[in-house]
Amino acid sequence: MTIAEVVGAASAEAIGLSADACLKCNVCNTVCPVARVTDLFPGPKYVGPQAQRFRLGALLSPGTGEDSVVESPDKTVDYCSGCGVCSTACPAGVKIAEMNNRARGANRSGHVPRLRDWLLGQTDLTGWAGVLTAPIANWSLHNRLFRWLIDRFIGIDRRAPLPAFKAPPFRWRLGKRHRSAQLAGAPPPERAVVYFHGCAANYYEPHVAAAALEVLERNGYEVIVPPQVCCGLPLISNGLYGAARGRARRNLEVLARYARAGYRIVGTSTSCTHTLKSEYREMLDLDDADARAVADATWDICEFLLDLHDGDNLDTAFGTVAATLPYHAPCQLRSHGIGLPALDLFALVPGLEAIDTDHDCCGIAGTYGLKKEKYDIAMAVGEPLFRKIRSMGATEAACDSETCRWQIAAATGARLRHPVEILADAYRAADVAGPKSPARTEPAARSSPTAPAGG
Amino acid sequence: MIAEYSLPAQVDVLIVGGGATGAGILRDLSRRGLHCLLVDKGDLGTGTSGRYHGLLHSGARYVAKDPLAARECIVENRVVRRIAPACVEDTGGLFVATPDDPDDYVTEFPDRCAAAGIPCEEVSVADVFRREPALNRSIRRAFRVPDASLEPWQLIEANLRDAENRDSRALPYRQVVEIERNGAFISSVSVADVRSGTIDRIAPRFVVSAAGAWAGRIAALAGVRLDMAPGKGTMLVYNQRMTDTVVNRCHVPGDGDIMVPVHTVAILGTTEISVPDPDIYDIERHEVAQLVAEGEKLFPDLRNLRILRAYAGVRPLYSEEPSGSDGREISRAHVVLDHERRDGVTNFVSIVGGKLTTYRLMAQQTSDLVCQKIGVDAPSTTAAEVLPGQGSERAYYWLGDRLSQHEATGGGDAALICECEFVTRPALDRFLAENWPCSLDDVRRGTRLGMGPCQGAFCTFRAAGIVAEAIARRSLPAAEVGFVEPPPPAEPPPPAEPLGAIVGRDEPTRGDDAELAERAMVAFLRERYKGTRPVAWGRQLQELWVATGIYWGTLGVDAFEGGADNGQGTAEASPRRVGGARAAR
Repeated sequence: MTIAEVVGAASAEAIGLSADACLKCNVCNTVCPVARVTDLFPGPKYVGPQAQRFRLGALLSPGTGEDSVVESPDKTVDYCSGCGVCSTACPAGVKIAEMNNRARGANRSGHVPRLRDWLLGQTDLTGWAGVLTAPIANWSLHNRLFRWLIDRFIGIDRRAPLPAFKAPPFRWRLGKRHRSAQLAGAPPPERAVVYFHGCAANYYEPHVAAAALEVLERNGYEVIVPPQVCCGLPLISNGLYGAARGRARRNLEVLARYARAGYRIVGTSTSCTHTLKSEYREMLDLDDADARAVADATWDICEFLLDLHDGDNLDTAFGTVAATLPYHAPCQLRSHGIGLPALDLFALVPGLEAIDTDHDCCGIAGTYGLKKEKYDIAMAVGEPLFRKIRSMGATEAACDSETCRWQIAAATGARLRHPVEILADAYRAADVAGPKSPARTEPAARSSPTAPAGG
Repeated sequence: MIAEYSLPAQVDVLIVGGGATGAGILRDLSRRGLHCLLVDKGDLGTGTSGRYHGLLHSGARYVAKDPLAARECIVENRVVRRIAPACVEDTGGLFVATPDDPDDYVTEFPDRCAAAGIPCEEVSVADVFRREPALNRSIRRAFRVPDASLEPWQLIEANLRDAENRDSRALPYRQVVEIERNGAFISSVSVADVRSGTIDRIAPRFVVSAAGAWAGRIAALAGVRLDMAPGKGTMLVYNQRMTDTVVNRCHVPGDGDIMVPVHTVAILGTTEISVPDPDIYDIERHEVAQLVAEGEKLFPDLRNLRILRAYAGVRPLYSEEPSGSDGREISRAHVVLDHERRDGVTNFVSIVGGKLTTYRLMAQQTSDLVCQKIGVDAPSTTAAEVLPGQGSERAYYWLGDRLSQHEATGGGDAALICECEFVTRPALDRFLAENWPCSLDDVRRGTRLGMGPCQGAFCTFRAAGIVAEAIARRSLPAAEVGFVEPPPPAEPPPPAEPLGAIVGRDEPTRGDDAELAERAMVAFLRERYKGTRPVAWGRQLQELWVATGIYWGTLGVDAFEGGADNGQGTAEASPRRVGGARAAR
């Protein structure tokens, strides 16, 4: 081998060794929403590529074997919210957030999970329990004594935004739609999409799922809702890699069947779709043909609708929605690397002025901001965003991610909606106004969909 | 604060060479009640000891070709683990049979280990791959042996401290320039302070040369002919540990067949090339390529991984018969040369050959001979007594140690001077207080400052600034040129001519500390760059450009005194502008 061959091949890919790419430039530290507001978190560079060199078994993925993972010596990595801004910002391509996530997983692997973290990870379990006992459960969530008790004894902050359960769950409202794990009897892939609703739309926000069905069906697609479990992201975030892998395998088994048959998989939870697209492979090491097929077939719903529009296949007969609407692009959406498709879609709605709040993170980061020791950090992270929305006097705002919606709603008092709900409104407005309403209107002003956070 | 140390006129034993062996001899003899002085022409541990691959041999590497060395290794491996646990990481070692390794060697390997007394256990390759996923999947057999990694500077420091507790001393930057004989007896030795140029004359009862690859020069000064066969070994430092276990190929030892995880890095070794002069050698491009190519047989993705630097050490090989043979053919076993029997010089011995793993045994055997000659009966106690600074729990060092200690004392990045290696402000202050005057390169050996991926890009200006601030506040005395960079000690300085121009300033001024900081910065970066240059591609090349941007772009070091030769290989500091100022059309 010549030196030229050695030089030519120099690049590192795997998460474990991607610390190799770090040039110590500090961009990650300057964009980190958490390090900005607290000294409890020493920053993504510190817990990421720097601490990585001090971790035994840096190449091993937590949860793959009982003896394979050694605890990371830096406990401060636990204060990483996992928002992933660092990974999107790193000019060298270090997988910082993924590295941190693995370190957190390693620190929890082999330990009995903390009750709180276990509970927060089991969104489908708590979802079912809550939906089945909705009146009592929802009463409890607003009961100050109950909240004090779970704050004191479980560690979920009494002020944290916990959403109300909505019975019956979305899956019980599917009507005659195809919902089998088997392809037999399903409408053909040219005319149908598979819908991944995730836990939020099933147990807490069935209206988001309903809006998605409405918009997809309006565009001529039949919607298939095959059996599915939690995508596993809350488990990954809480270090429960083994359980997450179990959920992932169950989802992959069903979804891969559809993906291979040419169906596209569309989701309204931008964090679920990101999990299907990349976390199964990157975080859970499920990098097989099934995982790749599902990743390739998965679309965030706004990404999907914008793609329809790019092919001139989107029904753009939107009615007027006269509103000034603050829009927050969640961190998870940014990690997709698809721009901010909701803003492009909003631009098609007459009368609608969507304003990019242009703030990186609302602070909640899934379940991070629910935790007692992190609640104040999460609120401080989101404070500039909350201020902006409050100062606009907006009563409604839009955001693609459910936990962000709950956080922003709790902090600002505004009603937070998924972009697809706004689009469903616009279609309904068109129906009310009759067929004469204008099909396309260029927006008066809107932010660039590709502007980076803080741009 | 360090008081200037003047050399004693008389000592029992003068030891020349501050590597592991010299430090071990200093410790051994001082424990037997002798008053000793050790001198080294550079900083302690900067010769071969500081430039080895970091392996505490189990001996398994030598079982076929050098069973005696193998046997010594396993005995001393156990001793070092016991007396210096804080310097040892118990990585364990693997000998793996790749498709390139001959079957008969692999088959005989366990028996040979057993014959040498080395515990060797065959382990399932599936288990090995689960723990070390970067290994070549076509490895078919694997054996576990008690290899470990060993940090040389801490080991040397601990030996010296034990000796200093017994009133013996070790002085860096003191070069032997003259040895005077009175017939068969060495009557005095002249030692130059390479930083100030001053020369002291010492009258030792006995002289021990532990100068390793440089032993021939010391012997020549004493009028004795000693032909060393220095063998250069080049190593590559990988940014991260792709393995937590020492991995060897199971074959007759050759180039690029061992990977040693040491602290935060992994070191791929080695080449073996004879060099005529232990001070003059370069790292050749083909050596780097060859190391990577061979290393890929162990770790197939090796060429994708980031190399921080290449370095070379010079083995102190010695063979009685000047055979001119390949360095790998010369025994790694050591020899204590009694110059009375060999050359008729009564109070002089040299210790040559050997390896770091057996440093203590070498020191003991050398000390035994010295004691026998000067009539001291006390036995060696170095194998039984634990070295100072090994911690109350006497636990092995582990990789996460420094980071977990930093976290335990508050963590955070505010106090980090070197972010890559987690060197904190208190750690730097402590080192400076104990070792001043010193260069930033000395600081590096003591703290690992600048040894991480950025190779000094982000810590050099911080450390230099801290030193300058300390001088300005007078918490460190106004330094001599030695802080910046000792002059190359290859040639003995001419007696009575002071070397440095900036010596012994009494009143520091604002300009002194600033100038010192600037010079220290440039000197350190130049030293770091030397090791990066042979591997400057991919990420490490980008990092070099980052460093260049910081020092030459932002800080403008080319305007500093001595900065024009910026160590980045361009003697011309800034490009000449062609065409003059931009002209309006």
